[in-house]
Amino acid sequence: MASSDALEALLRPPAMDMPPYPPKAITLASGETMVVRQVARDEIPTLLKAISPLLQVERDFYDIVSARLYGELLAYKRYRVRDEYCLAGLIDGELAGIVNGRLVDAKVGMSYHTLTLRRGLRVGSHLFAAKMEYHIDILGQEEVLIVAESPIGFRRWMIEYPLDKKHEIQHELGGVPSWVLTVETYQKAKPRLCAGSRPVPAELLEAARIIRAPEEQKLTERVTGQDEAADHNNQGGAG
Amino acid sequence: MRPVAILGVGMTKFGRSDLTLAGLMSEASVAALRDAKLGNRSVDAVVVANMGAARVNRQTAIASALVDRLNLFPAAAETVENGPASGASAVKVGVQAIAAGMADVVLVTGVERMRAVNNLEATDFVASLSHPEAEYVYGVTLPSLAGMFARLYMSRYGLTRRHLALVSIKNHNNAMRNPYAHIHQAITMEGILDAPEARVNNPPIAEPLHLYDCCPVSDGAASLVLASLDVAQQLNRPAVTIAGIGQATDTHAVQERSDPTELSAVRLAADQAFERAGLGPKEIDVAELHDAFTILEIAESEAAGFFPRGEGHLALEQGVTSLGGTLPINPSGGLKGRGHPVGATGVAQMVELTWQLRGEAGTRQVPDARNGFACNFGGFGNNVVATVLRSERRENA
Repeated sequence: MASSDALEALLRPPAMDMPPYPPKAITLASGETMVVRQVARDEIPTLLKAISPLLQVERDFYDIVSARLYGELLAYKRYRVRDEYCLAGLIDGELAGIVNGRLVDAKVGMSYHTLTLRRGLRVGSHLFAAKMEYHIDILGQEEVLIVAESPIGFRRWMIEYPLDKKHEIQHELGGVPSWVLTVETYQKAKPRLCAGSRPVPAELLEAARIIRAPEEQKLTERVTGQDEAADHNNQGGAG
Repeated sequence: MRPVAILGVGMTKFGRSDLTLAGLMSEASVAALRDAKLGNRSVDAVVVANMGAARVNRQTAIASALVDRLNLFPAAAETVENGPASGASAVKVGVQAIAAGMADVVLVTGVERMRAVNNLEATDFVASLSHPEAEYVYGVTLPSLAGMFARLYMSRYGLTRRHLALVSIKNHNNAMRNPYAHIHQAITMEGILDAPEARVNNPPIAEPLHLYDCCPVSDGAASLVLASLDVAQQLNRPAVTIAGIGQATDTHAVQERSDPTELSAVRLAADQAFERAGLGPKEIDVAELHDAFTILEIAESEAAGFFPRGEGHLALEQGVTSLGGTLPINPSGGLKGRGHPVGATGVAQMVELTWQLRGEAGTRQVPDARNGFACNFGGFGNNVVATVLRSERRENA
């Protein structure tokens, strides 16, 4: 009979070496600076705590995105997904957004989710771009498979980049067939959509060293629109 | 003609609402009726301003619906549709009814529930106000018209994107002080223009206009209770009067104007309103202008007579139009910050001015405001309603 360690080894997927995502600093419309950096496994509980209140928020599909992201991050923490990674956006150490994904193989990446906790500042857009930067520029992949689970996501990824259809591939998130970001698409979109500077000044890195979950009530107000900084990406239509 | 007073005001928070169209109208109307303290007096007529309910919400005859919802029978009821100037047009209809002696008390409510559809449909619905053969069929939208207008204006008068950004920053900051505003997010010049990241934070919508040059798409409602001045005096209400209203039109297609940068309907409507009020632009203490796009605040401030042509951006630069300046413009946050539910906007402008003239505007109060001006800009300047409001407070009252 196998020992528990040996059994655990059987349950854990093998892992590839992944170069880390080098942190960067992004100036937001508010003038605040968001540090984007990789999240270590031992930091995942803080992210899970931050996500929990959103599991019941139907608005803009926060419930399904949060629930799926929760499961994916938990699986990352417990070594149940192969070659997963997580990046976070932090403003003065407070969590502003989360993105995650994984490597299908050395050449192909798979985007999982983008969750914005601080709305109205294009945090999601910046973080998604950072995720694509990780796959293409840092990991040297050739393409990233992507689906959207909300109309906002569809506008941000499929339309803004714009992504190509790769409907012959079934994305792991189920539902709709996959879309794809290629190196060529990424390089065209990069000047418009991927921003930030490196190296991150030491004081900013220090402020981002410990991840702080937003206060629960404030977070709920932000994502449900009661504190509607949230909304000015939806503009430009009226006269 | 009988003078007309504003007895009560109310509005919903602008933004994205879960309320129905009737729910939005009711919330604003009830707030205005409570504020009016009418006692046993009944509402004689209800005028509702709305642009798109028939298309966006599949609902028509909404003034009748409001009467029913609030049990205001047998009040007369009608809906006014005049594009984005519907709000002030509805107020004008209410004023005319009272001035003509056909009613003593009129409830005017502006409403729009634009977020019932997605952004693309909302943009298309508003674009339906453009000329069908000369503009709309070519894909013209309001942002594109404003973009072309801005480009011409900038080349002629030396404005830069920095001036447009100053309008946006000012109005976002003002909106931070307005609990009813759609957008509560302070922004900085660095974040929307100067930093390299600004290209992502503030992407182009219709060059030279970028994201932060454009108003949001909003749900919301705003209401006024109008009454003859004698009724207001009988009820001992703090009176703000509608001192003058003006309205003017211009060509449907912008390209047909001899000078597309001249907002002649704004100028004519403002002239009429000032003349009827017996006041001039120099006597205005606070203004609410129709900044659906940042360029419009600057252009309207000139066309209304507050600044010489081509110099509105200089006044902006000097802080004249900021809270604390000599002529604060859009202390509510304007359409940029308060939001722009199109049918409600013209009414909301007057709600804000009433609060300002009563001294009830909280941390965005313009000190000692006595006279206010509103410009409700319909079409792309082809139908404009200007209004002058006056506080009837006596100095030692």
